[in-house]
Amino acid sequence: MHELAITQNMLDLVLEQAKKAEARKVGRINLVIGEMTGVVDGCVQFYFGFLSEGTIAEKAALSFTVVPTTARCRGCDKLFKLKEFDWTCPYCQGNNMEIVAGQELFVESIEVE
Amino acid sequence: MEIKVLKDILGANEQMAERNRQLLDSNQVFAVNLMSSPGAGKTSLILETINRLKGKTRVGVIEGDVSSSLDAELIAKQGVPVVQINTGGGCHLDANMTYSALSNVPLQDIELLLIENVGNLICPAEFALGEHRKVLISSVPEGDDKPFKYPLMFHQADAVLINKIDLLPYLKFDTQAFSQAIKGINREVEIFQISCATSQGIEQWVSWLLTQMSMKQS
Ligand SMILES: Nc1nc2c(ncn2[C@@H]2O[C@H](COP(=O)(O)OP(=O)(O)OP(=O)(O)O)[C@@H](O)[C@H]2O)c(=O)[nH]1
Ligand SMILES: [Mg+2]
Ligand SMILES: [Zn+2]
Repeated sequence: MHELAITQNMLDLVLEQAKKAEARKVGRINLVIGEMTGVVDGCVQFYFGFLSEGTIAEKAALSFTVVPTTARCRGCDKLFKLKEFDWTCPYCQGNNMEIVAGQELFVESIEVE
Repeated sequence: MEIKVLKDILGANEQMAERNRQLLDSNQVFAVNLMSSPGAGKTSLILETINRLKGKTRVGVIEGDVSSSLDAELIAKQGVPVVQINTGGGCHLDANMTYSALSNVPLQDIELLLIENVGNLICPAEFALGEHRKVLISSVPEGDDKPFKYPLMFHQADAVLINKIDLLPYLKFDTQAFSQAIKGINREVEIFQISCATSQGIEQWVSWLLTQMSMKQS
């Protein structure tokens, strides 16, 4: 459900940037989304369809780069992808870690004319 | 032409949250964002906390609710200022809604502001309100797998309250495994076991809260 608010915020940001660049049309929006945010790309796509109607970003293609939830083990210092129901380090079985990626939610770039 | 943007989608909300925090700070109000699934015990915890702080700390409440004002009415009965935000179906509070609500909170008359977010473990995690601490309530009947399903929420929380521990004898819930999983990804987190039905553990929670407030002031 938060995809509606997130899509609206994303569109506002894109339109602001496009306006700054004096663009007439936004052709593509490149998004980076961390897995931990739980943002569903299909939902963003869906909401974008009607929120962008009548704006210069209407019909822009959305591309999603999904960043897996990644942890660094405080025991052995190795990086690993956090598994869904088992939060232990696959190298040393430790369970003390720092989340280093997976919370991203940003606009990487836009393609404009 | 490609334009590099590299900006957070929720940057505008973050800015607004910062503005709320400044407003709270200038009035020396400490704000707590209370989050949980529906029915985990946010309103019950607020009532218990108000009760425990009576005569010691002046409390105000913001109630985020999808539509009803039942929770707000319960709190108003305690003689505590309460402002209701109806999100009109929205699944979370955001900084903007909080800002509007703040104009109706008597900030000069309170020291602690408890904000009851909308019952939901996904959406509120993304939206800062300007709070000083994020507190997550997870209740025994929901099961002990919640951290694995909602890692962001558990990762961000300053404190996790395991509520309804009076029900532990009847339900399968491994508090130790639960706590260990959370500590694994969130080393600094404080975990309390409480019951709003028997008031068990409320004292420890309130004492932590008061410590956090005094740390902020000094
Ligand atoms: N047994 C038991 N019941 C509790 C406890 N805390 C709350 N409840 C009950 O759980 C139900 C929901 O509690 P609320 O405090 O309304 O929960 P909430 O998180 O505010 O709910 P929403 O605002 O609807 O999301 C109520 O019937 C409470 O009486 C507890 O510690 N033990
Ligand atoms: Mg409630
Ligand atoms: Zn390791």
